[in-house]
Amino acid sequence: MNETPAYTEFHPRWYRPRVSTYWWLWRWPYLKFIIRELSSLSVVSFVVMALLQLSALRRGPQAYAEFQELVKHPFLIALAAVSLFFVVFHAITWFNLTPSAMPVRVKGKRLPDFLVAAPNYVVWLVLSGAVAWVVLGG
Amino acid sequence: MADTIALEVTRYCPERDAEPSFQTFEAPLRKDWVVLDALNYIKDKVDGSLSFRWSCRMGICGSCGMMVNGEPKLTCATFLSNYAPGPIRVQPLQYFPVVRDLVIEMTDFLNKLKAVKPWIVRREEKPLSAGEYLQTPEQMDAYKQYSMCINCMLCYAACPVYGLEKHFKGPAVLALAQRYNKDSRDQGAGERTDLLSQEDGIWDCTFVGECTKVCPKNVDPAGAIQQYKLTATIEWFQSLLMPWGAK
Repeated sequence: MNETPAYTEFHPRWYRPRVSTYWWLWRWPYLKFIIRELSSLSVVSFVVMALLQLSALRRGPQAYAEFQELVKHPFLIALAAVSLFFVVFHAITWFNLTPSAMPVRVKGKRLPDFLVAAPNYVVWLVLSGAVAWVVLGG
Repeated sequence: MADTIALEVTRYCPERDAEPSFQTFEAPLRKDWVVLDALNYIKDKVDGSLSFRWSCRMGICGSCGMMVNGEPKLTCATFLSNYAPGPIRVQPLQYFPVVRDLVIEMTDFLNKLKAVKPWIVRREEKPLSAGEYLQTPEQMDAYKQYSMCINCMLCYAACPVYGLEKHFKGPAVLALAQRYNKDSRDQGAGERTDLLSQEDGIWDCTFVGECTKVCPKNVDPAGAIQQYKLTATIEWFQSLLMPWGAK
């Protein structure tokens, strides 16, 4: 065969599916991921409230009493409850991802996942205990 | 147990159809049959025009990845009986263009894979007479898990970031880059860093973690990416503090 074969590039019409805006709604792991990401807004709301509290504390007893009155509003109590739920969800989901991001090896063997995640919970409990001790007046 | 099971299979003929549709087939429901066996039965006995990729039938070649009831699976390792009484919905791997029926287009993956130099890079090759590059079992352990990747692309079909951001290098490519970065014989980590520590490299990953869950070889691409984020951050700080230091 001396003839050089003439190839025609066959380019079929591919079907390119569009990803739905609601891709995260239909599978629990994806929904959990989106909740985990959105729960960072609750972390922001907690931080903002803590900063407002500190600012009131700095401005004196009168300002702090006003702040205490303000946070008794049912809307702010509901917001705090929802925020607490999502902050706990945020913390637990991130703590549980630690072993994947930071595998710890001891004598060449990878430590079991729960042993890597556990220190996060221990520090969390100790710090929460310390804060509760201070807040509740030692 | 019923004698047969229904399979709703994606059909797409680019010359004829504007978009894919489903066609339902009945296949024998045998205890030892996997989804791939049912597809081969359909192709042999019912409709020879059904197109799909497969080769080894034993989870080595990575060709037969498809969506089975919405989850990325190797069809050679997915038993029909787990889905009884059915129907089982079989679709092409999501987030890839579809060429025909269950066949996807994978050039994008292959180009990205080649770009990260998935081979051992040496600054200078030893002469053959100098012998092999020796490695201790611990050194091999550092990358062995990532070397199990069979390029089946299930992780891409599980990654919404890849679905939404087409420039993202994707889980398998990043895990395979790590496979060579962590190999004591390799000296190409610096060359790969320029590609990997960009936005379309590791930083596009939002740690959904599904790539690791669907991987049939326990490669853990999500872990590889997060660990590389740590390495890249440390290197960035080092270059900031010691700009004179060699990469």
